[in-house]
Amino acid sequence: MKIKQLAFGIATAITAATAAQAADTITVVSWGGAYTKSQVEAYHKPWMAETGNTIISEDYNGGLSEVKSQVEAGNVKWNVMDVEYSDAVRGCDEGLLEPIDHSILPAAPDGTPAVDDFIEGALPECAVSNIVWSTIFAYDTSKTSGVEGISDFFDLEKFPGKRGIRKNPKANLEMALMADGVPASEVYDVLGTAEGIDRAFAKLDTIKSEVVWWEAGAQPPQLLADGEVVMTTAYNGRIFNAAAGEGKPFEVNWDGQVLDFDLWVIPKGAPNMEATLDFIAFSTDTQRLADQASWIAYGPARKSSGALVGLYNDGKTEMAPHMPTAEANLANALVNNFEFWADNQDELNERFNAWLAL
Amino acid sequence: MSDTHTAAVMAADGTPLKARLARAMFRRKLDAFLLVLPLLVFLMVFFLAPIAWFLSKGFHDDLFATEMPNTTAALADWDGSTEPTEAQYAALVTDLIATRKTKTIGKVATRVNREHSGARSLFTSSARKAAKLDAPFKEALIKTKKAWGDIAVWQGMKAASRTYTIGYYANALDRRQLADGSIVAQPEQRQIHVKLLIRTLEISLQVTLYCLLLGYPIAYLLATLPNRTSNLLMILVLLPFWTSILVRTTAWIAMLQSQGVLNDLFVFFGVTADEARFSLIYNKLGTLIAMTHILLPFMVLPLYSVMKGIPPSYVRAAKSLGATNWTAFWRVYAPQTVPGIGAGAILVFIVAIGYYITPALVGGQDGQMISNFIDFHMRRSLNWNLAAALGTVLLVVVLTLYWIYDRVVGIDNMKLG
Repeated sequence: MKIKQLAFGIATAITAATAAQAADTITVVSWGGAYTKSQVEAYHKPWMAETGNTIISEDYNGGLSEVKSQVEAGNVKWNVMDVEYSDAVRGCDEGLLEPIDHSILPAAPDGTPAVDDFIEGALPECAVSNIVWSTIFAYDTSKTSGVEGISDFFDLEKFPGKRGIRKNPKANLEMALMADGVPASEVYDVLGTAEGIDRAFAKLDTIKSEVVWWEAGAQPPQLLADGEVVMTTAYNGRIFNAAAGEGKPFEVNWDGQVLDFDLWVIPKGAPNMEATLDFIAFSTDTQRLADQASWIAYGPARKSSGALVGLYNDGKTEMAPHMPTAEANLANALVNNFEFWADNQDELNERFNAWLAL
Repeated sequence: MSDTHTAAVMAADGTPLKARLARAMFRRKLDAFLLVLPLLVFLMVFFLAPIAWFLSKGFHDDLFATEMPNTTAALADWDGSTEPTEAQYAALVTDLIATRKTKTIGKVATRVNREHSGARSLFTSSARKAAKLDAPFKEALIKTKKAWGDIAVWQGMKAASRTYTIGYYANALDRRQLADGSIVAQPEQRQIHVKLLIRTLEISLQVTLYCLLLGYPIAYLLATLPNRTSNLLMILVLLPFWTSILVRTTAWIAMLQSQGVLNDLFVFFGVTADEARFSLIYNKLGTLIAMTHILLPFMVLPLYSVMKGIPPSYVRAAKSLGATNWTAFWRVYAPQTVPGIGAGAILVFIVAIGYYITPALVGGQDGQMISNFIDFHMRRSLNWNLAAALGTVLLVVVLTLYWIYDRVVGIDNMKLG
């Protein structure tokens, strides 16, 4: 695998050598921790080796406020950002992001054009998806056993103890409804009604007294490791890395998972546009996306990458069953509906905050 | 003044001395002014102007009026309750086509969505089709999306079309401005800001009180011990003061969490059972403990400097005149420390009322303060107008309290050192 990669790298380096240009520096901003590491290993290092350009990797905690201040001040420092879907759409709506011409993206190895190779919905106007991630719930198998599905997460009688939940209505309302018996396919129909929202909050009410709220993706594995919580929602890749990488006895329960994309976007007016676009095209080609999966358990956003996903970087763990998109994990799964959230987030955030703080 | 001085005194060159003096004084003042000018300009440009600009966002929002001029004009005289007319629909279609061309439709849609949930997708999807619509526009628009017939959407646009609006202040005080301009209370499940403001004041007052209770004896000890010992103790006060807030807050997490040091000790000594560990953090208690610790030096330092200036002979004199220890302290010593208490209390209180990192980290759900929501609207919801309105409300509250303090205690009666 390593040798193959190296050979591939050298081959592409030689073909690209003719196009070598004066070295540029671009700043790529992502979520930190194991996730940024996977991007540095799979995207940044090969790109820097190939083009001779430099990437400065910065961490942030999501949201568009930094871009908004940079764009409004006319002083854009960041070239590429890794954002959530709703922010990619909203940033595009508000004119904070550059539209991206998706025809610059390389075709799949079999010649399928990129726009058909990416999973449906993965290429909104101003963004290019790199991974499919998922909000799942997880627990420590050395302390808890017999967990069946999402309804157990909301069952304090069967599994007493603290629960870790992200401090955000997104995914939580959906999971609450699924735990309350709503099938995944009907969740957004139910959430579209006032009674449905009341029902989701009522379900969250049943565990509110026991919740520990988290905000950064690195927190939930820590909460589990410290024994602060019995179960926690988390991003599936973080739990996988704690389990496979650090040997923690954590297990992911895929029932009621909420799937989502992470996407590259470019702040409006970013410098070094040529190098920036080159990086985006390079990092989202079939091989690179498949490579990333050997560093963290997030699914590639291209269909053609699926077949190339191999072993975790420990050399023995098969990655395919840990992908959120694996057949077995999709039995009761929901794809995050960004339209719903773009329309309702103001109202639901307000209500969630009021519910939370009082 | 007597009449002998009516004749002007002349300087050596014959000009009136008064005029010469005035000129010399003016030169002096000008020199002094020029010296402070760079600082003044710096303050204006980098401090006052941005704050004023930002606070103006709380009542000034011209996005909708600029991007949708026809609709804004058509809605100007609308009373907010009658059925919208064909002319208004036509104006809307014109604007939708224009904003789609300039790619500002998303901004407009987001703005109206704040007033009426669901407006965002309504605007963006209809803007795509708007160019193909034919008159009568009312029917045509309602045919593309039923929601255009809903008067609530129009009321949302009416609210968004006001360039100078009190809508954000209304929201900051849990009220809502209707299309006809009247203000009503928000639905109960969305009321949050007033309660948070009260909680913020309550937490700040409690922190101030605890800082005083803890800080007074420390300052007294520092001021009365021999210099060598007190300097050593002073370092213990200053060391945390120089340590990053994040580090100190995280240290409290390690101490207080349910698997933390304190709870482990409780379990070890049998104070509590292993299953029933105390919740000392991620709640209001956590916020109070961490903030009191972090703000303690702001109380100790002014108290110390005031106490240091009180001659010990006063208390000795009181005792020699027959006062008990308590009387000597309460009647002679304590009154002299009031300026230090005033300075410390106001410092701690004003810093506490705007605190947000510590509550964000250890506050859990019931330990959040108003600044956490200003932060939320700055960073997450990007509703800077509401953040500005909340900030202004907080500023007004602080200034009012400051004014009351000045009236009751007197701001001159404060000593920082």
